[in-house]
Amino acid sequence: MTDVLTPVLSKNWGDDRAWTLQAYEDQGGYQALTKALSMAPDDLVTLVKDSGLRGRGGAGFPTGMKWSFIPQDDSAAGNKPKYLVVNADESEPGTCKDIPLMMASPHTLVEGVIIAAHAIRAKRAFIYVRGEVLHVVRRLQAAVREAYAAGHLGSNIHGTGVDVDLMVHAGAGAYICGEETALLDSLEGRRGQPRLRPPFPAVEGLYACPTVINNVESIASVPSIVTGGIDWFGSMGTEKSKGYTLYSLSGHVKRPGQYEAPLGITLRELLELGGGMREGAELKFWTPGGSSTPILTAEHLDVPLDYEGVGAAGSMLGTKALQCFDQTTSVVRCVLRWTEFYKHESCGKCTPCREGTYWLVQVLQRLDQGQGQPGDIELLLDLCDNILGRAFCALGDGATSPITSAIQYFRDEFEAGMHTPSSELFPPVASTLFTPVGGAA
Amino acid sequence: MSLHDTTRDELREIAGRYPEARSALLPMLHLVQSVEGCVTVEGIETCAEILDLSAAEVSGVATFYTMYKRRPMGEHHVGVCTNTLCAVMGGDAIFERLKDHLEVGNDETTADGKISLEHIECNAACDFAPVMTVNWEFFDQQTPESAVELVDSLRAGEKVQSTRGATITSWRAAERVLAGFEDGLVDEGPAAAGPTLAGLEIAREKGWEAPAPGGGAGPRAANGADGAGGTKTAVATESPEQAAEEADTSRAESETKAAESPADTKGGGSDD
Repeated sequence: MTDVLTPVLSKNWGDDRAWTLQAYEDQGGYQALTKALSMAPDDLVTLVKDSGLRGRGGAGFPTGMKWSFIPQDDSAAGNKPKYLVVNADESEPGTCKDIPLMMASPHTLVEGVIIAAHAIRAKRAFIYVRGEVLHVVRRLQAAVREAYAAGHLGSNIHGTGVDVDLMVHAGAGAYICGEETALLDSLEGRRGQPRLRPPFPAVEGLYACPTVINNVESIASVPSIVTGGIDWFGSMGTEKSKGYTLYSLSGHVKRPGQYEAPLGITLRELLELGGGMREGAELKFWTPGGSSTPILTAEHLDVPLDYEGVGAAGSMLGTKALQCFDQTTSVVRCVLRWTEFYKHESCGKCTPCREGTYWLVQVLQRLDQGQGQPGDIELLLDLCDNILGRAFCALGDGATSPITSAIQYFRDEFEAGMHTPSSELFPPVASTLFTPVGGAA
Repeated sequence: MSLHDTTRDELREIAGRYPEARSALLPMLHLVQSVEGCVTVEGIETCAEILDLSAAEVSGVATFYTMYKRRPMGEHHVGVCTNTLCAVMGGDAIFERLKDHLEVGNDETTADGKISLEHIECNAACDFAPVMTVNWEFFDQQTPESAVELVDSLRAGEKVQSTRGATITSWRAAERVLAGFEDGLVDEGPAAAGPTLAGLEIAREKGWEAPAPGGGAGPRAANGADGAGGTKTAVATESPEQAAEEADTSRAESETKAAESPADTKGGGSDD
């Protein structure tokens, strides 16, 4: 049995000047690169495949398998340049793991990028980072500059004949660019709108060339797997959800923050580590992995937080963004705000999402104001039914998750929206962190 | 002509960084903003000329992204997260107080031209809620009072430093960094602070750590087949078309199924 918390990615975050090459190398950084450069690309792909590493950006697709889809044969696609693109557009509401990782230890990501690029035989790689995090952009830019100066990037890296060029590319504010094909369009200098598939990015991605797109945490996990090996990685986590991962605890809790643990830990265990909910508070509802994953309640405190466990509970592990709300919080208010977000961020390409999110907001607004009309709950469910699976990309699907799950667990609050504003049932001031629970407003 | 030759040269320099020049459009527009204070018509036309695009194409891109502004911005951009978690924790109250205090609405600039106020979406710092930003630098764990103090300091031209980042410069200077030009402030601020270190601090107190490579700790599930456990999840690649289809991440749900099904059909994982 492993320890309750297993810091690997976060191990050096408290180190002095952890973001510098010097600090990173002093604690063993770039040794995995040396080992990886001595390995054949296909062996690296097999290693990551066999490790069981699954994508940490939400969907949980096996990372090594994604790499293996890049055509390396003598076909037309196989002869094109290959690209590696890191999805650092962390924008899913509640999700806050990649940003602190890149802020504290950008070299962990850079080392992972070089190894992954070598594995898929990509000579060029990009880190697409959202633009709204200036200091993270600075830290990435400096890390790439330092890595070039040290010979970890560029042509003929350390005399091995491997060439990798890496660029940091800042986005400009659009949640949809976290969707991988929208990200590619954005990286090509276009409006960030999802692409029709097929062709899939593995065959025709960036510039219509074979492309792997991986989340920051997935790529940052690669150096440790190269160093530690698959048995080590698999000694953490569960049978089908192997390894360690970053859980992000936020909301009405005593000690919010990043908790790196083997996959399969429960919210109850995580909350206990941090002293539980804030004084006098009870857990009312929470998201396991951002706002696009159906909400859960206190009855799900013991659900193992791995891909299978959360799936069996009717939600998704997602980005492991554990947003915890206490009894002072109006579910209707929260669901409205999330829905307003999806409406704002809908790229407008497909009708179900563009129009559907608009109408969802209209209905939720009147429920929030206590002016709901008979049949509004059924109308919401019907709208969701017409968006889920009919939208062009996962944004539309995600927009329905908070609504349908909230109605499932808290239907009475939506019914109260026929006559009473949410702000009367749940005065917002009681939910703020500057008001003690039970205290006067 | 407000765009100097130096700016035009820098725009061309950005275009030259990419395998295909059009990829440079987003950083080029960031640079235009840093020089012009917003995305101007001249800026759009210059980008179009350099990239051999129509002005309409560039305009179409510039209007898609929320960070590009079509009206002149104040010296500082102040963002208040009002996405659900921050809003509930106090972001709504902070935003209301600031609108009142600055006498502006959302996406408006104060009369003195010092501050443009905007409510922003989740900025990936939820463990620091309620969160604000100044020129896209983090200001964590804010209250209405601290927010008022912050904007007053900015208006007074006092030195202000991000709670986890660098000394505040200006919105234009920030835009220049986003265009790919470093500003030398990377070493300011800590590696990590507060909630970012919560788990690490608890692990240290308890003496918890990840197993040593080659150590004997077994997996959490009953089957401790070590090496074999790894290979069991490996899957023979199907036809390239099928494989590519499975690599699609457009739908988390379908993808999770795709990820599960091979492991299931392999048989090796049936012992749990």
